[in-house]
Amino acid sequence: MALTCPGPPSSAWSFPPLPPTRTNASPTSPPPSPSTLPPRTSSYSSLTSCARIFPLPVFMTSGKPFVRKKAIAAILRVFEQYPDAVRVCFKRVVENLETTDVGILSAVVGLFCELAVKEPRSYLPLAPEFYKILVDCRNNWILIKVLKIFAKLAPLEPRLGKRVVEPICEHMGRTGAKSLAFECMMTIVSSMSEYESAVKLAVGKVREFLLDDDPNLKYLGLQALTMVAQKHMWAVLENKELVVKALSDVDVNIKLEALRLVMSMVSEDNVMEICRILISHAQKSDPEFCNEILGYILFTCSRNFYEVICDFDWYVAFLGEMARIPHCQKGKEIETQLIDIGMRVKDARLELVDVARSLVIDPALLGNPFVHGVLAAAAWVSGEYVALSRNPFELVEALLQPRTSLLTPSVRSVYIQSAFKALIFCIWSYGKLNGDDASDPSALTELVAKCHLEGNSETVACESLSDTEVDNANMVIAGGQMSSASSRKYHLTKESLEGLVNLVGTNLGPLAGSDEVEIQERASNVLGFIELMKPELYGHLGHTEGNGMKGKLEASEVVKLMFDVFSEELGPVSLSAQEKVPLPDGLVLKENLSDLEAICSDVKFPLSTSFSLVHSQIMEKDTASSPECKEESGPSTESTSLLAEHRKRHGLYYLPSENKGTTFNDFPPAHEPKDKTIDEAEDLAKLTEESLIIKKKQNQVKPRPVVVKLDDGEGLNVAVEKSKVKTDLISGAVREVLLGNEATTSSSRSKSSNKSSKRREVDRIPESGNDIVNTAISERSNVGSGRRKHQTHLSSGKEKEQHDHKGKQKRDSRHHKHKSRQRADGAMNIPVQSPVIPDFLL
Amino acid sequence: MIRGVIIMNDQGKPRLIRFYEFQPVEKQQELVRSIYKILCSRAENVSNFVKVDSLFGPDVRLVYKTFATLYFVFIFDNSENELAMLDLMQVFVETLDKCFSNVCELDIVFNFNKVHTILDEIILGGQVLETSSSDVVMAVEDISKLEKNSNSIIPSIPGWQGR
Repeated sequence: MALTCPGPPSSAWSFPPLPPTRTNASPTSPPPSPSTLPPRTSSYSSLTSCARIFPLPVFMTSGKPFVRKKAIAAILRVFEQYPDAVRVCFKRVVENLETTDVGILSAVVGLFCELAVKEPRSYLPLAPEFYKILVDCRNNWILIKVLKIFAKLAPLEPRLGKRVVEPICEHMGRTGAKSLAFECMMTIVSSMSEYESAVKLAVGKVREFLLDDDPNLKYLGLQALTMVAQKHMWAVLENKELVVKALSDVDVNIKLEALRLVMSMVSEDNVMEICRILISHAQKSDPEFCNEILGYILFTCSRNFYEVICDFDWYVAFLGEMARIPHCQKGKEIETQLIDIGMRVKDARLELVDVARSLVIDPALLGNPFVHGVLAAAAWVSGEYVALSRNPFELVEALLQPRTSLLTPSVRSVYIQSAFKALIFCIWSYGKLNGDDASDPSALTELVAKCHLEGNSETVACESLSDTEVDNANMVIAGGQMSSASSRKYHLTKESLEGLVNLVGTNLGPLAGSDEVEIQERASNVLGFIELMKPELYGHLGHTEGNGMKGKLEASEVVKLMFDVFSEELGPVSLSAQEKVPLPDGLVLKENLSDLEAICSDVKFPLSTSFSLVHSQIMEKDTASSPECKEESGPSTESTSLLAEHRKRHGLYYLPSENKGTTFNDFPPAHEPKDKTIDEAEDLAKLTEESLIIKKKQNQVKPRPVVVKLDDGEGLNVAVEKSKVKTDLISGAVREVLLGNEATTSSSRSKSSNKSSKRREVDRIPESGNDIVNTAISERSNVGSGRRKHQTHLSSGKEKEQHDHKGKQKRDSRHHKHKSRQRADGAMNIPVQSPVIPDFLL
Repeated sequence: MIRGVIIMNDQGKPRLIRFYEFQPVEKQQELVRSIYKILCSRAENVSNFVKVDSLFGPDVRLVYKTFATLYFVFIFDNSENELAMLDLMQVFVETLDKCFSNVCELDIVFNFNKVHTILDEIILGGQVLETSSSDVVMAVEDISKLEKNSNSIIPSIPGWQGR
């Protein structure tokens, strides 16, 4: 066995050097052992160093076709490691493009295919050769490779595409080989998609593939169709039934391709139908494919701010449906979209709240961990838009049901917060209802009358909405999408309210001692609030009480404040909103940061019995000085106390806050979308209003609801990856060889002026390459007079034997003799002058 | 370019591994295991192509075929035509069949050097050289003849000569 193991360079070649006499042997004699070049991958590095000492180009000029073939195949690796080798032997490689031997041609074309895939532009000058091969050759392998090359070259040169497309179509129609037909198809579809007739033929072939029973062909057909779909959607629509049929194929690959195709077909008109079909498939399939389908649907529908969706009510209901599918693992995405739609699309909020309610009420979902994210979103939505809900009482009951203990703490805290919001809403509505009566008795009777109206599809709350909710109310009234099944009426009476408060108290009582800090904190918040409210609530309900007026007012003021807090609309915030905040005068951002170290060095907060809030002014440097204290009014809970403590210690570094009577730290709920920056709630709200651009879409039967987008891009500004233009050394060298350097060739052109004027482009290319080689060598210091002779000899010899293989072989054999003579001194010179590229071709 | 050729039995034991790009040994073992996992989960009568982007890089696919107890796996990228690869696999197996009459797994186990030779005649450095099984068989026979001749000069090393 002539194969050797990788080792140090010197021992890698265990065969004797190629003696010149061998080349005259007949082609049928056994391949000499040099032909089995060590192909083990790790010896390629040794190959490159060997390439300097005993280069592969030698083999390329060998008489034996199999030697040449292998040399050409191996030369690619040499090029990769040692791009300078291109200059030495590229023209030899190019010469082989004209060979008649199929094996060599196949190897050469394969080599060019590899090179062209990486850097096609450098090989454009060789296009004529490839065209000749395309037209003349009958070997499928070679044709496939040439087609791949043209697929890369055609986009660079439009005229090339025009010339090439006809032979390709011819091949496609004529051939019986599926591989060649497929390759033609792919070439046309990928790089020549502007030629309609060709594309039509290709699509016809694709259809043939799709109809075949062989799963391989079906799969490849679908792949080709995916490529067509980008520019020629009609092709996909034509084959729609086949694609949908493929969705239920046994083969996973085929299913995925079909799914991708189906999603590419999605447009406004058919999105509902397609989703319906896909969901039915999803419910029947295995978990993996089911999740693929869901993933694709979610992605496509949410693309570009829900571009394809016109009917958000349907979509929101659809999201809810998706969340209920047993295998669904896309809870996170559904959660994000629910909240996103809630924020952006006002008109859809009604339906959204409905869907959320159904999700929250269902006790079965609580046990499914995958759905928890969705439940959190549902709870948040219900709390945030509680004004639109049918029955807040039911909602609170659902949010606080004992089975919620199955939820994770973060989700549960959202539940509690939402319940809080709903509670506030109920109390406030009731208070509004009853508070109005003192000033306007007629209003009350009107309200009461409306309250008990049967079949009234408006909520009680609608009537007593504050201004901020008016537009919602108008929308609700005008929406006309009320479910007729259940009226939205609920009785806002003293008893029901009492019951509600009791319910909240009972359910949250045990949670106030919970281990989870978030739950404990929120439960305590709510319980504290209820404690505050209770006396007023029970006393207040008799309107005639006058003594408790003050207390009542305070409590109702509290309620109103809380309600205002929660009625602030949360919308999407652009990333640059923070920058737009104007710096208040006197705020110095950069100074005094050295003090931070003094503070941050001691980690422990000192215990202090008295809480105090920092007065809203910028402090002087001296942080040790006791800041002005202000008594904290309102419910003192643990969270506020910690923050207060922190503020006291580091008051310097807090932005000035509004000097409110009470300081309720309005922390946002836990499940806000991540890109929120909340510094000053009011300023920010104003700014976002300024920066909102509302996009309206016309020409719909039912107007598509407004989707709020921000002007200056909300997504993370992913820096455009500048792919570094890696100078491809190989292509650089190739370009040099093929196109030639004008300045340096001028001198040698005069030498070769006696060449015949009639020459094809083909000849010029190796010629110029030759010139390059010549001139390169002439620049070398190691030029002997003997070499000059060879130069002229070579250049004049070249013109004689244009198409004469045999002549070339003779020449080659003579070159070999020269080489063997020269090799002795050549080998000696290399260690001396490493940058010189040794020229073994002369 | 062909990235690799693997022959493994249906228990996942590799019988021939050839990567045309350098991979450290542990990586090779890992790749073989991952490919085995993928192939196990494929049903019958499905397409023979699998995308292996995660293992080898973008646009790399593999084509596999089951013959008796062996999986033949060819890993290739965009410069190769899928159906042509299937054909090539067929050529490879036919050549093996001709060289060892009615080849079975044991033949490959005990004559791995010859199998490597055959593979080298077909693919060199990731490039396809020969697509006709008769030519390959001829070349392989010539090589073995050479070996026999050279063995008379060089003292024969047991195990080098195919059985």
